[in-house]
Amino acid sequence: MTSVSQHPVAKPAAYNPDAKIPALVWLKSNLFSSVWQSLLTVIVAAVLIRFCWFVLDWGVINAVFYTADPDTCRAATGACWAVIVEKHRPMLFGLYPYAEHWRLVLMMVIYLVTIVVSLSPRFWNLRLLVPLWIVATSAIGVLMFGGVFGLRYVPTSEWGGLPLTMLLFTGTVLIGMPIAVLLALGRRAPLPVARSVSVVFIEALRGVPLITILFVAVNVFPLFLPAGVEVNKLLRITIGIAIFFACYQAEVIRGGLQAIPRGQYEAAASISLSYWQTTRRIILPQALRICLPAITNHIIAAMKNTSFVIIIGLFDILTATTAVMQDPLWRSFYIEAYLFVALVYLFFGYALSLYARQVEKWIASGRI
Amino acid sequence: MIDTNQDRSGKRSARSLTDILYSESFRTLIYQVALAVGVALLGLYLYQNVIENLSRQNIATGFGFLDQVSQFEIGETLINYSSRDTYGRALMVGLMNTLTVSAAGIAVATVIGFSIGIARVSNNWLLQRIAIAYVEIVRNIPVILQVIFWGAVIRNLPAPRQAVELWGLGFLSNRGLTFALPATDPAHVWMFAALIAGIVLAIVACHMAKRHREATGRYIDMLWPCVALVFGPPAMVWLGFGAPHDISFPERQGFNFVGGATISPEFVALMAGIALYSSGFIAEIVRAGIQATPRGQIEAARSIALRPRFVMRYVVLPQALRVIVPPLTSQYVSLVKNSSIAVVIGYPDLVNIGNTVMNQTGQAVEAIAVMMMVYLIISIVTSLLMNFYNRLVAIKER
Repeated sequence: MTSVSQHPVAKPAAYNPDAKIPALVWLKSNLFSSVWQSLLTVIVAAVLIRFCWFVLDWGVINAVFYTADPDTCRAATGACWAVIVEKHRPMLFGLYPYAEHWRLVLMMVIYLVTIVVSLSPRFWNLRLLVPLWIVATSAIGVLMFGGVFGLRYVPTSEWGGLPLTMLLFTGTVLIGMPIAVLLALGRRAPLPVARSVSVVFIEALRGVPLITILFVAVNVFPLFLPAGVEVNKLLRITIGIAIFFACYQAEVIRGGLQAIPRGQYEAAASISLSYWQTTRRIILPQALRICLPAITNHIIAAMKNTSFVIIIGLFDILTATTAVMQDPLWRSFYIEAYLFVALVYLFFGYALSLYARQVEKWIASGRI
Repeated sequence: MIDTNQDRSGKRSARSLTDILYSESFRTLIYQVALAVGVALLGLYLYQNVIENLSRQNIATGFGFLDQVSQFEIGETLINYSSRDTYGRALMVGLMNTLTVSAAGIAVATVIGFSIGIARVSNNWLLQRIAIAYVEIVRNIPVILQVIFWGAVIRNLPAPRQAVELWGLGFLSNRGLTFALPATDPAHVWMFAALIAGIVLAIVACHMAKRHREATGRYIDMLWPCVALVFGPPAMVWLGFGAPHDISFPERQGFNFVGGATISPEFVALMAGIALYSSGFIAEIVRAGIQATPRGQIEAARSIALRPRFVMRYVVLPQALRVIVPPLTSQYVSLVKNSSIAVVIGYPDLVNIGNTVMNQTGQAVEAIAVMMMVYLIISIVTSLLMNFYNRLVAIKER
């Protein structure tokens, strides 16, 4: 049987990790690898299809999208998205005077444009960003407070809704990040006193719930000030959330600082850079890059944490929605209303995490 | 530091004032003294302001208010309490409620979190995707929103007459969750005692088996003996008491239920909200733990013909637990802290009652200090236990 050896031997295909796996092979290995797996797939798929059908049936087919009459909604078997259409203004803008809502719309446009511009590396140029932030901040201040240019004055106690959530969140991050960096540096400082002050501060605040810190900001902080001096409640609360945020962020940044090799400090010392020069030009840029994913997580958490202000009576988007849901006519459509608020949070959280992933790519490619 | 002013013989040469001023150790000392004095002065200043403000507003200071009569009722209490009791006792009621709802939340979050975490690393693509979607959704919606949502769901449930029936075992209505429970029997206390004794016995037996293995190299499988030791004594006590098997089923009567046990709507909503929120984080922790065991180890274990369940028990689990337990505990602590949002739903936890006490007495500083101290103690005790556990399971290298 010499002919066997004469046969051309089929050459095994070279291993190519990028090769596309045939669909059937993929299905077999990922969904139907064994009898049990196949059974599981079928059951899960059945439940999933049922659920999707329910969502479609409730949320689209039988839903009421537009009506001013809650009874129309009650008659329908599906969702009542009309509650959002009907109540979107008190939900989005809270207690802010109804006739002045256009100011909040304008404010949100300015806010979003400023943020988007500031986040794009193309515009990372202090000569552009500093004037932009000065103009944007003053424009937002004028729009929110009023009292000039014939705009009606609106005190902070009447601010509310999504703009308030945005301001609380931005304030938290802008105030919190520098404090976080200082606390992290303090915890790693060569000075034992600075170290112990930072450790006690960080650990004590991380050990208590955010609510107790908000109580301090609202009820105790005014007692700390000499008679006659007052700090705005909204500002006190923002600072409270910011300090809480800073304590968690400080631990993240400390992790980044610890990852910097000793050689970096020694190299900086050998070219006789001072402590602050070393920190600012050598250590921090690297440390912050290293712990960026964790920093993002806490920034997203900070956005979720702004919802805690419901407990001390600020009218953020959640408080405003809860208040709207007290309306006996629309009260039964709470699921739709809360779903809407949840989607707002999910949207901003998702946008933040997408951006963070992009920044990680930029860092990996050496762009920033 | 190399002291340039010190000559070879070790004799100090005269130091000029500038040398001292510019020496690093001196400056370090100055910075620290300045910082310490600054912090102390700030503290003193704030303290003085507080004292001044309080005396101007005629608010008492100190913890004397804890002994005053509270004059308010609390909806849910685990210990005897009435409005004639003291503020101190009211806060104690709140603490018990915090611990109860947290314990229930931890149990639920752990079960769901582990299930989703295992589904997250499943070979089944569909299941994996669903688990990912679940995690992303529950983690990214604020916990307060979730609690408020469940509160609204329960408030909008039908009244007891039209309550949702749960497989004949209980009801879900706007009065909360009502479920069947074994009728109270003196045997239960003894069964509980027997259970504790069984657990102690099992631990001792496992320890002895380990000693035996270390001494002789012979391995005794302790899984089933331990199960028998833990559950055997309570079962025997139960039989000894004549196997009492009366179960109190809830029944609709008038506008409410009789029989069974009822958990209040506030408790259910708060527990559901904080437990589901945490379950997303726990699922991710479990996934990371399972994935921490390198594939090669599992393959190596299989290649020495270890049975799949032993691969799980002796190779994957011990390593996974080492990775899972520390973040899991800090997740539990943050669940306890999240339970402090009870006030949005009206559940009388420590912060809710503390808030009432604060409003009634005006003693904000002391009331908030009590709340903070309690949570701080919970955090510190947990992290001490965690350090102890870490030392126990740390990889012992030669």
